Amino acid sequence: MSERTSPGPDAAEIPGRFGEFGGRFVPEALIPALEELDEARQKAMVDPEFVAELDELHRTYTGRPSIITEVPRFAAHAGGARIVLKREDLNHTGSHKINNVLGQALLTKRMGKRRVIAETGAGQHGVATATAAALMGLECTVYMGRVDTERQALNVARMRMLGAEVIPVSHGSATLKDAINEALRDWVTNVGHTHYVLGTVTGPHPFPEMVRDFHKIIGEEAHDQVLALTGRLPDAVIACVGGGSNAMGIFHRFVGEESVRLIGVEAGGEGIESGRHAARFASASPGVLHGARSYLMQDEDGQTVETHSISAGLDYPSVGPEHSFLRDTGRAEYRHATDEQAMEAFRLLCRTEGIIPAIESSHALAGAIEVGRELGPEALLLVSLSGRGDKDMHTAAEYFGLIDGQGAPTEAATGEAHSASEAAHAPEAGVQE
Amino acid sequence: MSEQSQAPVAGRGVEGVLARCREEGRAALIGYLPVGYPTVEHSIGAMTAMVEAGVDIVEVGVPYSDPLMDGEVIQIAAATALERGVRVDDVFRATAAIRAAGAPPMVMTYWNLVVRQTPEVFARRLAEAGGAGLITPDLIPDEAAEWIAASDHHGLDRSFLVAPSSPEERLRAVTSACRGFVYVASTMGVTGARSSVGGAAAELVARTRAVTDVPLCVGLGVSTREQAAEVASYADGVIVGSALVKTLQDEREPERGFPALRALVGELAAGVREGHR
Repeated sequence: MSERTSPGPDAAEIPGRFGEFGGRFVPEALIPALEELDEARQKAMVDPEFVAELDELHRTYTGRPSIITEVPRFAAHAGGARIVLKREDLNHTGSHKINNVLGQALLTKRMGKRRVIAETGAGQHGVATATAAALMGLECTVYMGRVDTERQALNVARMRMLGAEVIPVSHGSATLKDAINEALRDWVTNVGHTHYVLGTVTGPHPFPEMVRDFHKIIGEEAHDQVLALTGRLPDAVIACVGGGSNAMGIFHRFVGEESVRLIGVEAGGEGIESGRHAARFASASPGVLHGARSYLMQDEDGQTVETHSISAGLDYPSVGPEHSFLRDTGRAEYRHATDEQAMEAFRLLCRTEGIIPAIESSHALAGAIEVGRELGPEALLLVSLSGRGDKDMHTAAEYFGLIDGQGAPTEAATGEAHSASEAAHAPEAGVQE
Repeated sequence: MSEQSQAPVAGRGVEGVLARCREEGRAALIGYLPVGYPTVEHSIGAMTAMVEAGVDIVEVGVPYSDPLMDGEVIQIAAATALERGVRVDDVFRATAAIRAAGAPPMVMTYWNLVVRQTPEVFARRLAEAGGAGLITPDLIPDEAAEWIAASDHHGLDRSFLVAPSSPEERLRAVTSACRGFVYVASTMGVTGARSSVGGAAAELVARTRAVTDVPLCVGLGVSTREQAAEVASYADGVIVGSALVKTLQDEREPERGFPALRALVGELAAGVREGHR
C-alpha cells in the first residue's frame, strides 16, 4: 500500500484508489456484493486456513511454483542480454489465469454462493473459470463475444466439456468488452447467489487489488528464482498488458525495488498511426469503463472505441487502474509491439527454444528483444511468459501460411522457407517506443 | 392532458412538477426515450409528443457504447442511434425542445460521457439547454463529489439509484445525495418490460420512505396501465422506458409509431391516476 497516494480528501475516503485511478463506477445494486466480496477477501487473505488451502491447490493442481527458464538462443537475437522466462504457460489450463480463478472460486464458496460467471476474450480465463467450477462443484456461465467464439472455437468446446454454459454475446463489437457488459448484467440480476469471477486487474474495487493479490505469487516466486540463478535482481521485468493481470502479478514484488525497471508491453496492432491497436498509453486519455477510472480508448464524446490486436487477450479498450497509476507516477513504463513484431517474436521463441508462447505473451517477448538491444549483453531481463500458444495455433498457422483458407497444410510453408525466414526476419523483431 | 403539462414550473428542477402531481393526489409519469432513435429529429419529435400526451417528466437517454444497466430493447436502440451518428451534443437540443414543450427533462447518462466533458462543463451546458438534472445509473454518491459540486453550482437535480439489495445505510447515503427524486430500481436487473414489477418494489419504497422525504420514482419493468396504477399506489412517480421505445421500432416510417406512442402514454397517464394510496 505504500506506493499509493491520495491526492485529495475525496479520494482518501474511497477504498480501492490508485492515485486518481480505480474506484467503483457501477450500479448501486452491486455495491453490497462488492462490500461483501471485499470483506470476504480481506478476511481470507489473513486466514491461515484459506491461505493453506490455496497454497495446497497451487502445489497439487496448478503446478506451482512455476519454473524459470533461461533462453540464451532467443537472447542472442536480443542484444545478447541474459533473458529469463517465468513459465506461467506451464500452469494447469495453460496460463497465469488459474492463479486468480482458484482464489476467487474458494471465496465464492466461503461467501455461500453456488454459481460463478466470467467473461472471456481468447478463452483462457473462461477455461480457467470453467475448470475451477468443475473442481469445486459450482455452476458456471461464461460470456464470450460472438466474434471471439468463432476465433476460438476450440476453447468454447473446452469450456463446454468442463460443464460450463458458454453464451455468445452479439451486442456492440461482440468482443471482450461486450462480454464484460453482459456478465455485469447477469451479475446485477443474480447477485444473490452468483459471484462474478472477473479475469483481470480492472473493474470496480476490490477487483483490481484482489486479482493482483492472487497473481502476486508470480513475482514473488520469480524474485527468489532469479536471485538464486543469477545472484542479482533483474534490470527489467517485462510483461504484456491487456487488462494487465499477469503484469501486475509479476511487477508487484518489484515495485519497491527501485533498480528494477518495470516494462509493460501493449498491443500495437497494425501500428499506432493506423488507429487499429490497443495501446492505451500511446493514445488514450483517462475515462471510466467497467467500474474503474483508468486510461481508456474513447472518442471525443466519451464513447468507447473499438480496438484491434491479433491477440484476443490484449484486445481491450481500457487497462487496470494500477497500471495507469504506475505509468503516471513514472514507476512503470509502457511500450507497444505491433501484430507483426509479436508474431516474429512468437516464431523466434518457437525456433530457438522449443517453446510455443501465447500471442499475448509474444508481445512481452518482442519487448524483451528491444530492451535487450538497448541495454546490451550486461543486462538481465525477467519476462513473464504468461501463457502457452496451443490456443493460437490456428491464428499462427494462418499468419505464417502453414495452412490454407480451408485449414489444410500448405506445401510451401512446411519446408525450407522457415529456416531462411528466421535469419531474414529476426532483426526486425522488437517494439516501438 | 396537455394543459397539465403546460402549467408553469417553479425552478429548473422537477420539484414543482412532483409537488403538483402530489396535490392532484397522483403519481407522476416519467417517460424515457433515447436521443437519436430512430433518428435525432424523430426522437425529439417523439419526446415532445410524449409531453403532449401526458408525461410529466421526460427522461432523456444518452446512447452509450457500453450500456450495462440496459436490457435488449434499449441496447439496440442506443446502438442504432450511435451507428446513425448521434452525438452527446444532440442531447442538449432535445432538452431545449422538451422544456419548450412544457416538461422538465431529466437526462439519463452513463458517467463517462459526463467525465469526458468534465462534470462542470456538462452541468453548465445542460442548465443552459433547459435540463432539469441527471439520472446516473453507474455513478454512486461516493464517487460523485465533482457532480455534486457542479449540480449545486448550476441548480440541477441529481437522481442516484437505490436497489432491492441496498441496506439501510446505503439508502440513507444515496437518498441524502439526491435532489428532485430518488430513482428506485424495482428489481435486481436491467431495463426492460416485465410481466410483474413484483413485491420487491413496494417493499423497497417503504424502506426508502423511512429514511428520506425526497420523492421516490420507480423504474425498471413497468410497461402497462395496470402496472403503472399498481406502482402509483405507493410511489411518487412511475418511470417507463423500454415499452415506449418499442413503439418506435418501425424502421421505414418512424412517424407511424407516434400514434402508438401517444396511445401508450395516454394509457400510462390514466394508470398513474388510478393508483389509490
